[in-house]
Amino acid sequence: MTGIGFVLVTTFLASAVEAIEMVTIVVGVGVTRGWRATLVGTGAGFLVLAAVVVVFGLAPSAIPIGPLRLLVGALLLVFGLQWYRKGIVRVATRGLAGIQGEEAEEGAEWTGPGLDWTAFVLAFKGVLLEGLEVAFIVVTFGAGANQLGPAVIGGVGAVVVVGAIGAAAHPLVSRIPRSLLQLVVGTLLTSFGTFWAIEGLGVTWPAGDLAILGLLAVYSVTALTYMGIERTHALGFGSRRVA
Amino acid sequence: MRLLWSWMVAFGRFWYRFIVGDDWTVAAAVGVGLVLTALLNLQGIPAWWLVPIIVVVMVGASLRRASAR
Repeated sequence: MTGIGFVLVTTFLASAVEAIEMVTIVVGVGVTRGWRATLVGTGAGFLVLAAVVVVFGLAPSAIPIGPLRLLVGALLLVFGLQWYRKGIVRVATRGLAGIQGEEAEEGAEWTGPGLDWTAFVLAFKGVLLEGLEVAFIVVTFGAGANQLGPAVIGGVGAVVVVGAIGAAAHPLVSRIPRSLLQLVVGTLLTSFGTFWAIEGLGVTWPAGDLAILGLLAVYSVTALTYMGIERTHALGFGSRRVA
Repeated sequence: MRLLWSWMVAFGRFWYRFIVGDDWTVAAAVGVGLVLTALLNLQGIPAWWLVPIIVVVMVGASLRRASAR
């Protein structure tokens, strides 16, 4: 493989990992809360990202990525935990019946007036942080190999391809019952949030980005365990309120 | 002025609900966990495991409290 081809493929693959995280958040939030505010947040994230790239150019080290990871990760973690916890209770006590009839719930689709700022903020942060990670990869590989053009094509191509796959897959995702979807998205946000917040503190994860899969596994097993306990309690003591 | 105040209140309420939600103990425990992780990291102790453990324990405690209500 030529130098150009190597940089293009390497940048594409590395950027695709970040793009998958970005698209997972956008599709999850869009399907759960509604698309309008999610897409506005996504667009705003890309606009700010473009401005940052223009301002910082080839000096991405000037961007405080560690504190940014910590901030975004901590916010995603505490918010994701709310959906995670409520998803556990709802799936355990109501099965896959959904959460219709509950107004203004965090996991329900937004039907109120104005913009759904929760969806906006989640999509905005996901796009901005992951977009910055892609920019880092592009500049690192591109400048290192003196092949910035192919690196840009690889990075942007990864975001476009993964984004197109996410757009094609969203009708399938929207068929998932809302209570289960809230739990799944809550688990994803909690996993990404944990990973980024800890990484933002300068702590190295064992196995690098693969640690996200480990976190997903741990939180999924935890959710299944707590759902079993909740279901047992519900059978033993009758219905209960969702906190 | 009143418009500005109402906007600030709505802004503060949004972030409170976003960060704290309906169980402040979970958000507080996560905050403490991150601080402890940073302190352990400064001592050269790898503490990536701390926050996941806190998450698992605090979610269980929160569910238990909700069940007891």
